[in-house]
Amino acid sequence: MEDNLIIKTEKLTKRFPMGKSEFTALKGIDLSLGTGEFAGLIGPSGSGKTTLLNIVGSLDTPSEGKVIVLDRSIGNLTAKEAARLRKEKLGFIFQNYNLLAVHTVYENVEFPLLLLHIAGTERKRMVLDALEWVGLTDKIKQKPPQLSGGECQRVAIARAMVKKPSIVLADEPTANLDAANSHNILQTMVKLNKELKTTFLFATHDEKVISYLKRKIYLLDGKLDKDETVSN
Amino acid sequence: MIRFLLKGLIRDRSRSLLPMIIVAIGVMLTVFVRGYINGIMVDMIEQTARFSTGHVKVMTRAYEENMDQVPNDLAMLEISALTGDLRQSFPDIEWVSRIKFGGLIDVPDENGETRSQGPAMGIGLDLLSDHSEESERLNLDKSLIRGSLPETSGEVLLSEDFSQKLEVDPGEVITLIGSTMNGGMAIYNFTVSGTVRFGNTGMDRGTVIADLHDVQRALDMDDAAGEIIGFFSSGFYDDEIADPVITRFEAQYHDEEDEYAPVMVRLRDQEGLSLYVDMTNFMGTIIILVFMVAMSLVLWNAGLLGGLRRYGEIGIRLAIGEEKGHVYRSMINESIIVGVAGTIIGTACGLGLSWLMQTHGLDISEFTKNATTGIMMPNIVRARITPPDFFIGFIPGVLSTLAGTMLSGIGIYKRKTAQLFKELEA
Ligand SMILES: Nc1ncnc2c1ncn2[C@@H]1O[C@H](COP(=O)(O)OP(=O)(O)OP(=O)(O)O)[C@@H](O)[C@H]1O
Ligand SMILES: [Mg+2]
Repeated sequence: MEDNLIIKTEKLTKRFPMGKSEFTALKGIDLSLGTGEFAGLIGPSGSGKTTLLNIVGSLDTPSEGKVIVLDRSIGNLTAKEAARLRKEKLGFIFQNYNLLAVHTVYENVEFPLLLLHIAGTERKRMVLDALEWVGLTDKIKQKPPQLSGGECQRVAIARAMVKKPSIVLADEPTANLDAANSHNILQTMVKLNKELKTTFLFATHDEKVISYLKRKIYLLDGKLDKDETVSN
Repeated sequence: MIRFLLKGLIRDRSRSLLPMIIVAIGVMLTVFVRGYINGIMVDMIEQTARFSTGHVKVMTRAYEENMDQVPNDLAMLEISALTGDLRQSFPDIEWVSRIKFGGLIDVPDENGETRSQGPAMGIGLDLLSDHSEESERLNLDKSLIRGSLPETSGEVLLSEDFSQKLEVDPGEVITLIGSTMNGGMAIYNFTVSGTVRFGNTGMDRGTVIADLHDVQRALDMDDAAGEIIGFFSSGFYDDEIADPVITRFEAQYHDEEDEYAPVMVRLRDQEGLSLYVDMTNFMGTIIILVFMVAMSLVLWNAGLLGGLRRYGEIGIRLAIGEEKGHVYRSMINESIIVGVAGTIIGTACGLGLSWLMQTHGLDISEFTKNATTGIMMPNIVRARITPPDFFIGFIPGVLSTLAGTMLSGIGIYKRKTAQLFKELEA
């Protein structure tokens, strides 16, 4: 584990209302991540990976327990504060890319910087840098429907990385990609993790992803099952 | 940021073009229907004003109380003096004297024996003085079917249907048999100069149109007339013009004792016209409301569909850190842009259509053939473009897009951010 604590959960429990009763998706998770980790939540479908990722990403709130992300307590943030945390510090990558279909590759990557009010020339340089990282500088004028799945996911990575966030949360980023593209994407992320010291937290059950992880956190039925750090 | 959002709006047709078309169509219909119905109502009212009620009408109180019997024995005397006074007191109003009368028209053969006969309703009005606008007001020129308009005293017009029933042609002589102002028997010969058709069953059935002075002579009504009617210079009836005129008139002429004292009645209070005047005034509001509700419902649904389709976009914008309020406001701003653009297009189209209907009109004589109302339906109805038509569309156009977006957007606003993702990942 790295020295600087960046994510910490204590007895994190998440319950969802289910008709009249409740369903407990996370049952007392204690977890710590340090800066620059390349970690993944691994587990079968329904084990609570996405739920945990959403809470860490301040898209959802815990029912019980504490979740500290970058010294902020997720459960106590207002909607505005949560939006600000996401805007400034977090990057998201999704299984189905979630690009803005009517906007170009360039504009998709530019969007997070617009929210941060980063001025023109600086913004342009940052967008081009990010597209360079993922090797898409020749496609900046294309729109997502004209791109392959692998290219779309690379745009999504560039969009998540462009503002150099502290944490990138990636939920099944390779689920819609073939083997070659999956490896390509993962190598890109490993490279960015090394160069920018960005912390990565995945949710996955894809063996290809798992093989790249430095830390494997196994979830089973809403509970922490195993936590393995790969030594190399 | 604004440029970014505008780009999205313009490129996403289902977000911009579709609602804009809905708004444009709705606004076009609003503007057109309003102009059209307004045109019909105003035409009906003004037609009745020209033929019968004026915008205001002066008569004796006794005459007014029995107006539907055209009681010329209760007519006003010394009308030149009264008309002169009215012209002085109300110079903005055009005052004309008229006599309505009933009687029997008898067509004699060469021996003077009755060839045919029929009951007639007559109007005596100033057809012969140089400055008179009465013949224009009744559109006699355009309504002429055979012969010509009266040019000398003693000439009259008959409605075409009446002349056919009586089998009398222009140039022939007819005899009016009626009663004089003093209750005596009036027998007076006229020459038919021509025939007219107004396209109004009531008017076309048995009408005689004669010069005022001839009628005064025939009915022994020297310097007398049943009615003095006034027309506003604007050309259109308006309660707000009529009411102060009546107040001033009453202050001058009101006399509780004298049943022959002149009284003034506005158009609204004659022949059951108040309903039509009110309808004309409220119609615009009602039409706008109806279209606004209908358009809001359509746009709400379009917005809901669009919103569902946009869950992905909105979800990702929220995930990247845009605030919900900002997303919601940007959607509302989009809807205002779409609403304004759609309204401008719709208003232009609506005005275009109204203009066509204003210049060309629609012939509805087929439908009004059997009209039995006191109202005069004109033959050809026309739309009437009024200044409000240029901006009235903005009310339904912009409000309905706003309402549509707010209603559909609220669903997004209320949903938990994580929930948006659940729905979009499904
Ligand atoms: N909003 C919700 N309401 C009710 N139950 C929910 C909700 N979100 C998640 N769950 C339940 O919580 C459990 C964990 O869901 P989660 O999405 O975290 O699983 P996952 O590990 O990501 O699975 P997968 O690999 O299929 O993505 C599931 O049983 C799911 O049905
Ligand atoms: Mg999941």
